[in-house]
Amino acid sequence: MSTTSVLGGAIRRREDPALIRGRGRYVDDIKLPNAAHVAFVRSPFAHAKVNSIDTAEAKKMPGVVAVYTIDDVRHLGPLLAQVAVGKLKPLLADGLVNHVGEAVAMVVADNRYQAQDAADAVIVDYNPLPAIVDMKEAAADKAKVHDDLDSNVLITWEGGPWGNEEGIAATRQTIADAKKRDDVVVVSQEMINQRLIPTAIEPRAVAADWNEGYGRFTVYSSTQIPHALAGAIAKTFGLAANSVDVTAPEVGGGFGAKLNIYADEILTAFASMQLNRPVKYTESRRESPNNTIQGRGWVATATITGTRDGEILGFELDGLADMGAYTMNFTVAIPFLGTFVGAGQYKFPTHWKIACVTTHTMTTDAYRGAGRPEAMYYLERIVDAYAREIGMDPAEVRIKNFIPADSFPNATSPIGFTHDTGEYQKNLEALVATTEYAEMKKERDQARSQGRHVGLGLSSYVEVCGFGPSALAGLGFSWAAYGLPAAFSGSGLVRINPDASATVIIGTGPSGQGHETAWAQLVSDQLGLDYDKVRVSHGSTTESPMGIGTFGSRSAAVDGSAAYEAALKIKAKAAQIAAHILEASADDIEFGGGAAHVAGSPDKSVTWEEIVTRAYQPHQLPEGMEGGLEAQSVFSPGNATWPFGAHAALVEVDPETGDTKLLRYVTMDDCGNVINPMIVDGQLHGGLVQGIAQAMMEDAIYDSEGNLLTGSLVDYPLPTATDVPLFELHRTVTPSNVNPLGVKGVGEAGTIGSAQTIVNAAVDALYDLGVRHIDMPLRSRRVWQAIQEASNGARS
Amino acid sequence: MGWYFRLPISKEATVVKVAMTVNGRKVGGEVEARTLLVHYIRENLNLTGTHIGCETSYCGACTVMMDGRPVKSCTVLAVAADGAEIMTIEGLARDGQLHPVQEGFWERHGLQCGYCTPGMIMAAVGLLQQNNNPTEDEIRHGIEGNLCRCTGYHNIVKAIEYAGAKMRGEEPAPAEWEVTA
Amino acid sequence: MFPRAFEYVAPASIEEAVTALKGSEFAKVMSGGMSLLPLMKLRLVSPELVVDIGRISGLDSIDDQGDMVSIGALVRHYQTAEAQNVPRALAQAASYTGDVQVRNRGTTVGAVVHGDLAADQPSAVLALGGVIVARGPNGTREIAADDFFVDALTTAVEPDEVVTAIKVRKGGMSAYDKLGRRGGRTDYAVAGAAAWIQKDNGSISDARVALTGVAAKPTLATATAQALIGTDGSDKAIEEAAAKAADGVTILEDLYGSVEYKTHLAGVFAKRAIKRALSA
Repeated sequence: MSTTSVLGGAIRRREDPALIRGRGRYVDDIKLPNAAHVAFVRSPFAHAKVNSIDTAEAKKMPGVVAVYTIDDVRHLGPLLAQVAVGKLKPLLADGLVNHVGEAVAMVVADNRYQAQDAADAVIVDYNPLPAIVDMKEAAADKAKVHDDLDSNVLITWEGGPWGNEEGIAATRQTIADAKKRDDVVVVSQEMINQRLIPTAIEPRAVAADWNEGYGRFTVYSSTQIPHALAGAIAKTFGLAANSVDVTAPEVGGGFGAKLNIYADEILTAFASMQLNRPVKYTESRRESPNNTIQGRGWVATATITGTRDGEILGFELDGLADMGAYTMNFTVAIPFLGTFVGAGQYKFPTHWKIACVTTHTMTTDAYRGAGRPEAMYYLERIVDAYAREIGMDPAEVRIKNFIPADSFPNATSPIGFTHDTGEYQKNLEALVATTEYAEMKKERDQARSQGRHVGLGLSSYVEVCGFGPSALAGLGFSWAAYGLPAAFSGSGLVRINPDASATVIIGTGPSGQGHETAWAQLVSDQLGLDYDKVRVSHGSTTESPMGIGTFGSRSAAVDGSAAYEAALKIKAKAAQIAAHILEASADDIEFGGGAAHVAGSPDKSVTWEEIVTRAYQPHQLPEGMEGGLEAQSVFSPGNATWPFGAHAALVEVDPETGDTKLLRYVTMDDCGNVINPMIVDGQLHGGLVQGIAQAMMEDAIYDSEGNLLTGSLVDYPLPTATDVPLFELHRTVTPSNVNPLGVKGVGEAGTIGSAQTIVNAAVDALYDLGVRHIDMPLRSRRVWQAIQEASNGARS
Repeated sequence: MGWYFRLPISKEATVVKVAMTVNGRKVGGEVEARTLLVHYIRENLNLTGTHIGCETSYCGACTVMMDGRPVKSCTVLAVAADGAEIMTIEGLARDGQLHPVQEGFWERHGLQCGYCTPGMIMAAVGLLQQNNNPTEDEIRHGIEGNLCRCTGYHNIVKAIEYAGAKMRGEEPAPAEWEVTA
Repeated sequence: MFPRAFEYVAPASIEEAVTALKGSEFAKVMSGGMSLLPLMKLRLVSPELVVDIGRISGLDSIDDQGDMVSIGALVRHYQTAEAQNVPRALAQAASYTGDVQVRNRGTTVGAVVHGDLAADQPSAVLALGGVIVARGPNGTREIAADDFFVDALTTAVEPDEVVTAIKVRKGGMSAYDKLGRRGGRTDYAVAGAAAWIQKDNGSISDARVALTGVAAKPTLATATAQALIGTDGSDKAIEEAAAKAADGVTILEDLYGSVEYKTHLAGVFAKRAIKRALSA
């Protein structure tokens, strides 16, 4: 497939003028006349029988309009899920609660203060039951999380090659044989990849307005997947999708947490229909950790078998992933996404096995990177440990085991997936060759000579994104569960208006990725139309073409390609009109500077205004040509895209306190072609800090009874500006071959590459003290403990 | 009978009168004493640019200027702001002219989803009012009370450096992408 | 996010405030509201009556009073941090409290009266031999900081009293240092210490060291102070004294540290605070 010219301009964002003036419109800013407000009664127990719910007192409270329990909504069925493996969540607790914070009753009142007051007045009588919180305990299956499931293990993902039992057996045999060789070392480590609370700064919010007269829902939701929500509401209430207009207005951060259909969205719609008035729910931060999905939560053992000269003969990963109590949109599919990149950029035999277990905790699902940061963490930590064990430079070990450049394009990884394009060695060598990397090495060595504990960490990574291909629908990845059997393709509609301005309508659900800017760049570049004349609109499901949503770093690669191809269709028709006017051949027409001209004769030109006037005055068109100038495209990629890169970090540990500080961070990322480098760098910065924060501070901690001990920002520290340095970014550019733009995706790359880079650096800083591994997050207590254990071990 | 919790029930609400100046305009009326300043601004005055991101005074999305200093309006009762001079994000641009901090955020890609942005901008305005030539470290400490989940703070620091230069009457340093391009 | 309803008064004088408190079963005094309001929004605390002392004049100054400095109940953290006449340990502790917005609104007295074990200023006040001035129905009383912190979030202020000021010692050398939850000196303290030292003719004649974040309340490290007195303040003397920081102190575990770790940190920060004080 040919690749278009790269646009590449660092153009200021279209989105910003409203946002910097405080005129952006998020869901909670939207005021619907006569709206009622929702508060939920939530379970204080992780596992309990609900004996009774007494709503009498609450119903008498000032301003209360309604109080609902499961008896009112049981007929609507459980919450729908795309990959429905495990226990589906009832819209409100149905006789049992299975995690702290599970909604038991819903109060609707005239204002929010009244709703919360009344929620306090609902009396719920519980019989607490033993809670299963620990993944290993759950996996042992001695007691059941859900009585109606056969096992607490919901599904096990195993490769490679993935889905090929004979192949897996052969891989295992190969690795077992390698272990018997007497010239190998085996490096193995159990590691925790802790649970995280996504914490978009905008808590989720939904406002639903059922208009009986129009027979139509108008819904605003802080969601990454407006079309899926429209489908879910339509399906739940027996409506056609065209009777449900869902708008995702400005969305204040998503990170995967808004890539779900939530019970509160369905319930808010239900209440609006019941009460025939608008109803709004805005999640509080306090509710959020146990109401909006969490991410990660793995414990696994990674093992490398390799020779003493750096040839890796096998990699094994064996562990558990915590799904929480209920299965939501993707839940069990998240570790499966990890499988895709289980072998990273490497060529060595890989056996990868993660069992998904249910526990009495909040559901986990897609959180920035979703399965891929976990996979890459285990792999890149253990490769690093192996490099140290054999005393080889960590970059050299990696390069020695990479899939070589001549295997591309379309190289098959040992885990059984096809990587589109890659230059892994070139990329890592480029990082190592930067002056920053050399400076960091020097800084480390100088600091060490002064007795300071400074470490340099390295990681390479590959990720998979740009989902597609639409054939994934065969594995269950589509919105069919929500009544809209649309697969992971992309769509874009381009309309040239009669005044020669352009409207681009897309079905994505951005939350800060700059689609209004990037799509305008794409279309204006193709059509030679002034950038300021192109306006991008998104978010309304009854007006935009079907869109799968914004997640998995897929929008530019898939929906961007669709908008690009729609622009090509427009161009083809406009060329015919121009050719007709100029009495030339359409093949010779070129576009630029707001006009079309004949190639080689710039004076023979016709403006877009003239072309459009003809298009909207069909009698002036060539014989047989249809009026108007509008085109839609659906782009169905043949593969996902596979961005990659390498990161390096310099950290300093104060061994007396365990306090760990990030000093420098340098990257060499490759996300294919770049539409807007300013936006791409911004995506990387944000992703990096989410990965760094997992490595250094964030940790969702449950006690043995299933209480979340880190439920507020007081106890769940998020990184602030003082916790990170300026980032030093570089890139290589290896265009993808699966889309016409040659782009890959960049929303998650920073996160996928960073956590292990930090831990590798911390271990480097403390290696001389005997430290070989520290589990994340590298909070001072844990780092200090690791130093104590290492020195105690050395003494004994 | 199992376990149940009987939570304290809200008393009848006390209503109080408030009057304050918001973005140069005198406003006032009756509110429940428990009304938070941020709710008064968003719900009563319909100035929805001031956002709510947490309830423990950590995220800073609700930052406004109160008598010339940035405060978190989710942790001030509306009645406690009686008589105060408040400025929200909507009051920052004058005569259609963006404040240098707003301009800096636009020019240096200091925002993505934009939700933390109004609070972040108000904190930056407070910082630059006191010191229009801050070091990188001073900038970082000046916005320590504002959480951003999208930008990794890198371009926010750059945006504030840009604004500081503008406020000093200097030409801001070129953007990183201008240097590398 | 929505506090329960409460009655509200904003008295114009201390006397009125005390009168208002007298009539209520569960009243809370609010100054900056930085500690109280988040708890009320989470509905963890729901007073019947809020007595907002923010309108009372004369409480917002920092005054020299003989060998003490008095900090009024409405002095904000940033003012404590910036004032030239506030002893260094307290000024440093105030500057590490919260963030810019919190320091603009929260008060030093409020933080001390709230008595959070992980807050910085209470232990600074304790090390500085502070005195808490409280007005109640029976007049004004002064409570030594040594007697003020009773238990977790519990202080010696009676429900019908309003704290109008705290006083701390002006003389001597002092400093505060901490390890914060996000590392460095950020956020609430994992552990910290304030040190106050009087040096005469090259030897330490008096010392007080108080610990943050390791016990249920701000706590004096008396063994360290005792061991320090009479020494020359050499690094060796400091290290030996600091090693006793946790002696006689009931160290508690929390999310940020085990008993063993916090015991260790008590010594580390006692040492760092003492060294910092002496490097004035």
